Amino acid sequence: MSLPFLLEIGTEEIPDWMIPPAINHLRDLFQDLLDRTKVAGTISAVDATPRRLVLQAEGLAERQSDSEELLLGPPKSAGSGAAAGFAKKMVTTPDQLGTESTPRGEYFSFKKHLKGQDTIAILAADLPQLILKIPWPKTMYWNGKGSERFIRPIRWIVALFGESVVPFELAGIHASNITQGHRLLGKSEIPVTIANFEQQLQVNGVILSASKRRGKILDGVAELLKGKGLRIRPDASLLETLVYITEFPTPILGGFDSQFLELPSEVLVTVMRHHQKYFSVEDEAGNLAPHFIAVMNTDADPEGLVQDGNERGLRARFNDARFFWQQDQKRKLEDRLEDLKTVTFQAKLGSYFEKTERVVALVKQLGGSPSAQRAALLAKCDLTTDMVKEFTDLQGIVGGIYAQAQGEPDEVGQAIYCQYQPISMDSDIPPREAGRIVALADKWDTLTSCFEVGLIPTGSRDPFALRRAAQGVVRIVIEGGIQFAWPKMSDALREFMRDRVEYYFREVRGFAYDEVRACMAAGWSDLSDLESRLERVRAMRPDIEPIAASFKRIKNILQQAGFTVTHALKESLIEDGPERELYDEFQHSFGQPLESRIQRMRPKVDLFFDKVLVNAPDEAVRRNRLTLLHNLLTEFSEIADFSEIVTQTRN
Amino acid sequence: MTSNQQPATSNQPLSFQETIFRLKQYWSDRGCIIQEPYDLEVGAGTMAPETFLRVLGPKPYRVAYVQPSRRPADGRYGENPNRLYKHQQLQVILKPSPADVIDQYLGSLTAIGIDLRKHDIKFEEDNWEAPTLGAWGIGWQVMLDGLEITQFTYFQQCGGIDLDLVPAELTYGLERIVKFLQNVESVYDIEWAPGVRYHDVRFKDEQQFSVYNFELADVPTLWKLFDLHEQECQRLLTTFAKRLCVLPAYDQALKCSHLFNLLDSRGAISVTERVGVIGRVRKLALGVAKMWMEQEAAE
Repeated sequence: MSLPFLLEIGTEEIPDWMIPPAINHLRDLFQDLLDRTKVAGTISAVDATPRRLVLQAEGLAERQSDSEELLLGPPKSAGSGAAAGFAKKMVTTPDQLGTESTPRGEYFSFKKHLKGQDTIAILAADLPQLILKIPWPKTMYWNGKGSERFIRPIRWIVALFGESVVPFELAGIHASNITQGHRLLGKSEIPVTIANFEQQLQVNGVILSASKRRGKILDGVAELLKGKGLRIRPDASLLETLVYITEFPTPILGGFDSQFLELPSEVLVTVMRHHQKYFSVEDEAGNLAPHFIAVMNTDADPEGLVQDGNERGLRARFNDARFFWQQDQKRKLEDRLEDLKTVTFQAKLGSYFEKTERVVALVKQLGGSPSAQRAALLAKCDLTTDMVKEFTDLQGIVGGIYAQAQGEPDEVGQAIYCQYQPISMDSDIPPREAGRIVALADKWDTLTSCFEVGLIPTGSRDPFALRRAAQGVVRIVIEGGIQFAWPKMSDALREFMRDRVEYYFREVRGFAYDEVRACMAAGWSDLSDLESRLERVRAMRPDIEPIAASFKRIKNILQQAGFTVTHALKESLIEDGPERELYDEFQHSFGQPLESRIQRMRPKVDLFFDKVLVNAPDEAVRRNRLTLLHNLLTEFSEIADFSEIVTQTRN
Repeated sequence: MTSNQQPATSNQPLSFQETIFRLKQYWSDRGCIIQEPYDLEVGAGTMAPETFLRVLGPKPYRVAYVQPSRRPADGRYGENPNRLYKHQQLQVILKPSPADVIDQYLGSLTAIGIDLRKHDIKFEEDNWEAPTLGAWGIGWQVMLDGLEITQFTYFQQCGGIDLDLVPAELTYGLERIVKFLQNVESVYDIEWAPGVRYHDVRFKDEQQFSVYNFELADVPTLWKLFDLHEQECQRLLTTFAKRLCVLPAYDQALKCSHLFNLLDSRGAISVTERVGVIGRVRKLALGVAKMWMEQEAAE
């Protein structure tokens, strides 16, 4: 007979962002337990709220299936006395023993029949360790030094196998059938069965399913904004936070004085999002509206106290932001340059003042316009403003807004604003030339400086986000059409950048692995040239595969011969027939696009290899043939090393 | 509960001092010693020996006290409605933390007139760390209708020492809570006692200490004092460890910590120096914690 299983680990409030990975780990750990103990069954669901991690399974066999284990006894040479002793130990008779030959000789053996254990006993024995094995970014102890560690204190455990409680104890908690409801909406002791578990939680103010909580938030928002011509600014990560910080989410609509709309919308949105976890609201034209959506962890706001409290809190925050804005305007960005001498960029790399000097020089070197140079000079000055000290996520953005407010040209302000872009793979690069050059120079300086003092990313450790910086460099150069000849690079940095270029063309642009390798082997110092070569090779793709095989062959022949060019190709030494045909084609098509040459060249190359002996007995003829192949290879390798192209074996 | 209190259900919000009385009574009813504030300048209730030293070692302890907490750099000359140079924390230590500690905490909110069914309470991740004390813990900021009202921490380490019993530390930001409950826009409009405003009691402190902390404090003198208090602390730690001078040594460490904050608000500590000065204070705090543990073990 098979039975359902329910595990609920009841805790104090777990940080929202840790919950989804945790339930995935819980699922994997439990699957592993089923596999390892050979208990049949299927995990039907994992779910969680901030106060509970839940796993449900069905079809668990009541007993583990029986199995056999082969045990080795004494060597056969030890005789029947030893065999009798072994048999006794195995609780059997000597006639039940077998023999087993091993590399070390013959041994007595016994096939022990293992009766399957009761699943409930297995669960009781294994669940405590399983729960403690869930990995967390940071754990704590709560029962005293040396006691169990978990993300937050475990306060109750529900573990049911069919109708029975799985009897185990963990951190002083005995598993039971008693769960707890929402802290304020539910009872604190609720007996449950597997069948009524979710419904009992619901009655007690807990929506177990994350997707139902998500739905409740979105439906609630739609209801609140219906007919008002307003919508929320979509924010998937804020939504996930709210889903996992509540057991019973209910959105409410609040408002603020529209005079705050004079502040930059970036500042308002950041305050609402990061500090208050509110959705911003905009009108149909996309302008920020003087409203916000907060999500409560309760069912209602009967007297409007929650709305009022949130509005007052937000007003105080906005007043702070306005105060910072006014304070910051008392000193222009330019006047803050000196202050950058006391702001450390990195202990080994000096201050932001020094970084600014380097970046300005680099922008000039890259031919940056006066606007770009001006933006580079002011780019880091916002680090000393009260606004950025309070809202660090807004660095760059605040500088850009201030520059504009202080009468700097638009292009300067925008370049400062965008200097940290692109911040991710899917985010945009700066929209204009000045911004691109500044962003590029800033990132390139960070990369070269860090590599110079040995701050090189290893494995998953990349504390200065150098991979992101390098990816930004690659994207700005290619997508922004910036002429950027790689300045001098150390071997380590060259290798690092090579990887990023390769990654970009493969993962972001979808070129095949071998195309990228082939084209990069022909050089990658000019990225836009590399891009156009890649496109050409991709366009030739099906046709070049056969010739790629030939190129591989040519490469091997040249390599094996240890060939280097010593003499020019002599026409007089060319033999009539396939060799001459190849030579003529090669000469004749010189200067034509590679695409058509390759097409026509292919049969000639094939024929050549078919009919002509490269290793001719005559030394001069042999050298001349190798020279012909070498010239062929060199010329065609200008766009790619075709021998890197993987051919489908179709012959 | 005493009989002359305002009824908790009244719509009239509690005064600042009445809120303190209620909280003290509430925690006294749950086994806490009610202590008075520590009589030296500290940046937070955690720094009072009632917390910093008592959380160490295996002896259970429960205490609650209001601690005026001085943060020179937060001063705003009495002009900002939310920020204060000196604010007051109600600090509760429950060592070890009881299993129902969060329920007890929620009960304390009810005791000061917050009807939890009409409000929104959330526990948001916020792990606390004090580098100058070699202390850290795991916990939350407790949000009431979007406002942080309490820091809730399970201490894990203090003075660089793993704690034998894990204490729960509850730190109520009294001005924030009362400002919220009394529904006033400025902290200075809080009713401290019937007919007396926060402004009447504390405004001069804010004004005068802002002037001193930002403008007049003499930097060379502060550095000299820092050095002297550091030496005195070191002397007690190294030479007289056996003479039970751990508390006097800790006082000297607290002096250093406050002087560090003052120097910081005077802008006298560069970014590069900062780490070094924090390290000096931390070294004293760690030395004191170690000495306290040795004395506890010897008892």
